[in-house]
Amino acid sequence: MIQRNKLVLGNKTIKDITEDICAPIESYPSKGWLGLLTGALFILVFYIIILGFVIGKGMGLLGVNHPNAWGTMIVTFVFWIGIGHAGTLISAILFLFRQKWRTSVARTAEAMTVFAVMTAGLFPLLHTGRPWLDYWLFPYPNQRGPLWVNFRSPLLWDVFAVSTYATVSIVFWFVGLIPDFATIKDRAKNKIRRTVYGALSLGWRGTARNWSHYEMLYLLLAGLSTPLVLSVHTIVSFDFAVSSLPGWHTTIFPPYFVAGAIFSGFAMVVTLMSLVRIGVPEFKNYITLDHMEVMNKIIMATGLMVGYAYGSEFFIAWYSGNPYEKYVFFNSRAFGPYAWSYWTMITCNVLIPQVFWSKAARRSIPVMFVVSIFVNIGMWFERFVITVTSLHRDFLPANWGNYAWSFWDGAILFGSFGMFLTLFLLYLRFFPAISIAEVKPVLPVGRDTKGGHH
Amino acid sequence: MAQRGLGGIAGIWTDEHAVVKAAAMTREKGYTKFDAITPYPVHGMEEACGIKRSWIPYVTFLAAMVGLLSGLWLTWWTSAVNWPINVGGKPFFSLPAFIPIMFELTILFAALCSVGALFYVTKMPRIDPPTIDPDLSSHKFAIFIPQNDTGYDEAKIQSFFKELGAVEVKKVAEF
Repeated sequence: MIQRNKLVLGNKTIKDITEDICAPIESYPSKGWLGLLTGALFILVFYIIILGFVIGKGMGLLGVNHPNAWGTMIVTFVFWIGIGHAGTLISAILFLFRQKWRTSVARTAEAMTVFAVMTAGLFPLLHTGRPWLDYWLFPYPNQRGPLWVNFRSPLLWDVFAVSTYATVSIVFWFVGLIPDFATIKDRAKNKIRRTVYGALSLGWRGTARNWSHYEMLYLLLAGLSTPLVLSVHTIVSFDFAVSSLPGWHTTIFPPYFVAGAIFSGFAMVVTLMSLVRIGVPEFKNYITLDHMEVMNKIIMATGLMVGYAYGSEFFIAWYSGNPYEKYVFFNSRAFGPYAWSYWTMITCNVLIPQVFWSKAARRSIPVMFVVSIFVNIGMWFERFVITVTSLHRDFLPANWGNYAWSFWDGAILFGSFGMFLTLFLLYLRFFPAISIAEVKPVLPVGRDTKGGHH
Repeated sequence: MAQRGLGGIAGIWTDEHAVVKAAAMTREKGYTKFDAITPYPVHGMEEACGIKRSWIPYVTFLAAMVGLLSGLWLTWWTSAVNWPINVGGKPFFSLPAFIPIMFELTILFAALCSVGALFYVTKMPRIDPPTIDPDLSSHKFAIFIPQNDTGYDEAKIQSFFKELGAVEVKKVAEF
């Protein structure tokens, strides 16, 4: 019989689990954390200033022009939304599949989801050009008729999908945190901590009856989040696929986007987890090399799916015999003015993850860190390629023009990381970064010599 | 300060399996209002305490149906009744295009109402509820028998808990 690997290393008792996970919250922050937070805050302030200019002066600061009406804002929106998908996959889909290894990474992956969606959500709001009128996106009774939103538009579906996704992700994450907040409250030595975490715990008491309802709710939320997360990137892909532009108008888009989202999201989880393991060495017993290896396998599997989608698009462009479709792929995308971005994407997303065929590479933190950074870069370029190469040469050569990338495009992309990292670093310091109540039940996994707990 | 809960006797265990066994024995003794307090959901505890399956899924289903119908109603009424606008010659009531909205509202209503149901049934949010022992959210397990339970007898329960291997038995003023 195959012996299962231990999910928690270091012969921990359940008391040790509480203490290890609460330690970063209850001790004075390390110099490394303070340094990183200072850096992230600088980028955040820079971002706020840049956004101030973009709102004050207008969208014209960015490189959007005719015919490239969509640019950095949309590209970066899809990038960040995609990042979020891995968190929901880990917390909901792997929960339904009873993948016990998910417990120690689920909390942080979900936090990543929430922050990535928050970061992403700003972009379409700003892309409207008049963000002070963004409440028009919602169907509310108004004095303009009432004039309602156009429910036939995929852009409006996106409003509903992203806002539902943000709401449900935050609720799911918070419900998971409630028992852990109660733990921190009970351990609190000072009054302020006790009051704050007591309020956050909402008065959770952990009785058997409460746990019974709680576990049922957790299962239900996982069941609801699973179709939700698939729907979100499906609908994001509809923003492109429902149009009739060659390069966008393809039926492969929904699964292709979802696979890409999971691919990029897992890359970001690996990036962040590698850093968390360095920042909090004790967490190496919880987020073990086995966990990292499994995630690298998922990166490779989804990377291959994405690679298949790239190939399939080319095949269909040729097989369809549609000259416009063929032109987009064979002329402008792979060999046109943006060929460099296309080949960057192929290199980062298809070629580089192949190193994970080697077990040594899958289990090496430096290797996976570098690969995950490349995947992040590649997935940003994927969205850039899809958005810009389909737009920059449309049906009439008189309309052709390149995206006018400016300082402001780079600045908002760079700045968005400041927002994400600030939120993430504050989370690591103030919230239990591993689910205390979820890790304890999986403690016996792999310890039982009989080969399994049940 | 006003009494915020019932008094009673609590036994505290440090082993997961012992507390499940103790809960089953407590139930066998005929106590009905007792509860087990654990730092995490303990496998087998529901059966040991005789807790019925949670009713939250019914709330989820109803809320999902309400969400679905609200989505249908909202899109139909705004697009086909209140101010119909011809968009690319499509029908005013273009159901396939409304499905994403209906789907998202189904999920949204179902998720939020299910959480609301949990809050209702666990009486959350509560400000600083009484606790028996701060370690019960970390590494200890307890069984609490309230004073209004049938056959409540302090001395008997104390010796009963000790027999079951409780590391500590204490009188609780309120829980």
